[in-house]
Amino acid sequence: MTPRRRRLFWVLGILAGVSFATALALNAFRENVMGYDDPTQIASGAVKPGKRFTLGGMVQQGTLRRTPGSLDVDFVVTDFRNSVPVHYDKVLPDLFREGAGVVAHGRLDAHGTFVADEVLAKHDEKYMPPEVARSLKQAQAGSASGNAGTAAPVAGSAAQEAR
Amino acid sequence: MLVELGHFALILALLLAGAQAFFGLAGPALGRERWYSAASSAATGQFVFLALATGVLVRAFIEDDFSVRYVAENSNTALPLFYRITALWGAHEGSLLLWALVLGGWTVAVVARVRFLPPAFGARVLGSLGVVSAGFLLFTLCTSDPFVRLIPAVPDGNDLNPVLQDFALAIHPPILYTGYVGFAVSFAFACAAMIEGRRDQLWARWMRPWAVVAWAFLGWGIALGSWWAYYELGWGGFWFWDPVENASFMPWLVGTALIHSIAVTEKRGLFKSWTLLLSVAAFSLSLLGTFLVRSGVLVSVHSFAADPRRGIFILGFLILMIGGALALYAWRAPRMVSQAGFELVSRESFLLFNNLLLVIAAAVVFGGTMAPLIAQTLHLGTLSVGPPYFNPSFLVPIVPLLALLPLGINARWRRGGLDGSGRRLWGSAALSLVLALALSLGVYAHPLPLTPIGALLGFWIVIASLLDPIDRLRRRLTLPASIIGMSVAHIGLGLFVLGITFVQSNTLERDIALKPGGSAELGDYAFRFDGVQNIEGPNYEGLRASVTVTRKGEPVTVLHPEKRRFFVQGSVQTTAAIADGLHRDLLASLGDDVGAGAYSLRFQYRPLIRFVWLGAFIMAVGGFIVVIGRRQRGEGWVEASARAPARNGHAPASAKGS
Repeated sequence: MTPRRRRLFWVLGILAGVSFATALALNAFRENVMGYDDPTQIASGAVKPGKRFTLGGMVQQGTLRRTPGSLDVDFVVTDFRNSVPVHYDKVLPDLFREGAGVVAHGRLDAHGTFVADEVLAKHDEKYMPPEVARSLKQAQAGSASGNAGTAAPVAGSAAQEAR
Repeated sequence: MLVELGHFALILALLLAGAQAFFGLAGPALGRERWYSAASSAATGQFVFLALATGVLVRAFIEDDFSVRYVAENSNTALPLFYRITALWGAHEGSLLLWALVLGGWTVAVVARVRFLPPAFGARVLGSLGVVSAGFLLFTLCTSDPFVRLIPAVPDGNDLNPVLQDFALAIHPPILYTGYVGFAVSFAFACAAMIEGRRDQLWARWMRPWAVVAWAFLGWGIALGSWWAYYELGWGGFWFWDPVENASFMPWLVGTALIHSIAVTEKRGLFKSWTLLLSVAAFSLSLLGTFLVRSGVLVSVHSFAADPRRGIFILGFLILMIGGALALYAWRAPRMVSQAGFELVSRESFLLFNNLLLVIAAAVVFGGTMAPLIAQTLHLGTLSVGPPYFNPSFLVPIVPLLALLPLGINARWRRGGLDGSGRRLWGSAALSLVLALALSLGVYAHPLPLTPIGALLGFWIVIASLLDPIDRLRRRLTLPASIIGMSVAHIGLGLFVLGITFVQSNTLERDIALKPGGSAELGDYAFRFDGVQNIEGPNYEGLRASVTVTRKGEPVTVLHPEKRRFFVQGSVQTTAAIADGLHRDLLASLGDDVGAGAYSLRFQYRPLIRFVWLGAFIMAVGGFIVVIGRRQRGEGWVEASARAPARNGHAPASAKGS
């Protein structure tokens, strides 16, 4: 093999390896990256039941219900315009409380309840996840700009633009 | 008054860093040899003033001087003395001061060794370090001054974030930063070599120990952080692919590639431009990590900053440093390349694959870490990228890397073929296969498809790393520290692989609501909840549960997980109780009162998890052995000094000629 051909062989081999790895990584990326949705997007029917996604919003005051003596817990996540009932059956994080921001991974079931498999609270009590802060701001802007009947679609399209 | 002196010392340090950069870079360029020692003096002075500034801030913390805003925000009279000192790096401003101080320390270490380098080269190294240091100090003073007063002073401080009130996390930042910032030294060596356009490979020999020490500290720091997350965050995870973790992991991966590539450059004069590029990349990723963590673009446990000015400043600094270094590289590297060949099956080609796969692994982490930021910036929606992406994608380059390792370390330089040890190598593979199957199918049943493969690779790496040292001992040959260190580091990697394999495939975890007296089964273990009692600590109050663990009826241990509520910030923290052991950890964490007299609890069984940190620790020890051994045997630094006078004449001449 001449040095030139050998170099060609090396370059081709490395190129093949790198493209193979890139293809696998991109594939893993496409399949495993989760989208983020807020209650308004769920209310608009944009989220199909069974697909895993991240839900963000505030835990609505007075909605936390425990089944005494078990881990089952139900609460409502709201963006102050729409809300979604959430069910969870594991230990809640330390910073979880009513009126605080929350981010949860899980799926919608057939009845429109969000069944969470993970509830996150990697932050302090003053902190709000940026996604949640943005959706809440949009929701407030929406309700300030008109009456409740027309606000939702307007804010909904604003939310689409911001994405 | 003293605080103002600290502030002043910091400004003086900035000026001295500027002087260091100027004299170090302009001296050799203009041929003024007297300026070389001015660069050294400026570097030493810079460190003295940085130490002074840090000392003043530490004193403010010890004496509860709440007229300093940074102290008021991060300390409290009830905080124990040790944490009052470590609170120095508990938030943004102090972390940057620590960054600058550590860089100053590295610079002084270079000054102490600069007599072993050709004077012009040494001056250029110090000059490049001065540029980095000046940029960082400017950043600290302009956007994140830790000495800002709080007027009027508050009677008591806001307390240190409770999760940071812990021994491992108290020592984690200094060690991690020593690693992070250490790559600035190899970066400076690369810059000096490129400025001079050196055709020889001596610069690789000079750079190598610095890169290895930085790499070892970084690995150690990451392992400490992971250990902390494991027991302090309370729920038993040890690696979350959190952006902050990734920010330190990427320079480690590239640094690992670097220390392997330097070996080839030093020994064979190959991969020169690649080594230069890796030095630039390792430091750039360190800076990027600082940007990610400190600018507030990410939000996670470690991130407390939220000032966009800071982000823009670091980003500008980052672009300037990387852009400058890459321009230098594009200009100089082509003339520095070497002509030498090697066979397909040789040490060089295995190291080439090592580098390629490590860089791909770093790219996989980089992609996953940056994708959410890029998507957000381009308004493509909000993504969350987590373990489902990272775990499988990371294994794609890493499994071949681990599989090639035993072959690579037993391959010969340059010539083809394995080092006369082909038969022993395959014998060790067979032995590893037997051990792997016994462990994954016998001891720990229910394996995942990858479990036997991981176990095989782990065992094979450990055994194959022992082949060469054993062979040398048997033939009564010398066993140089470089080989001991390499074997130790690779054994550490093998143990790490074994640990990860089994902790990933055989962990048992259960969330359950229990009333006192109730119990839960986890494999062979039974966890019985005996109830809770109230406790009171120096700056918190809380609940403490008792959990009795038995194995097949035999008592094992009693665990006391806690739920603490800190007075000042009112934050709640879960403190897991861990019964550690070399072969398994047992964990219990206390959740909430769920009504009807029951509490929510989480129990975990994690086999071989200690091997994860033990392996990482041993890897770093291997790095230290290599460097200490080089010094004792007079190879590297001292030998370089012997050669330096002869080379002196060349360096300025070649710089002028270019």
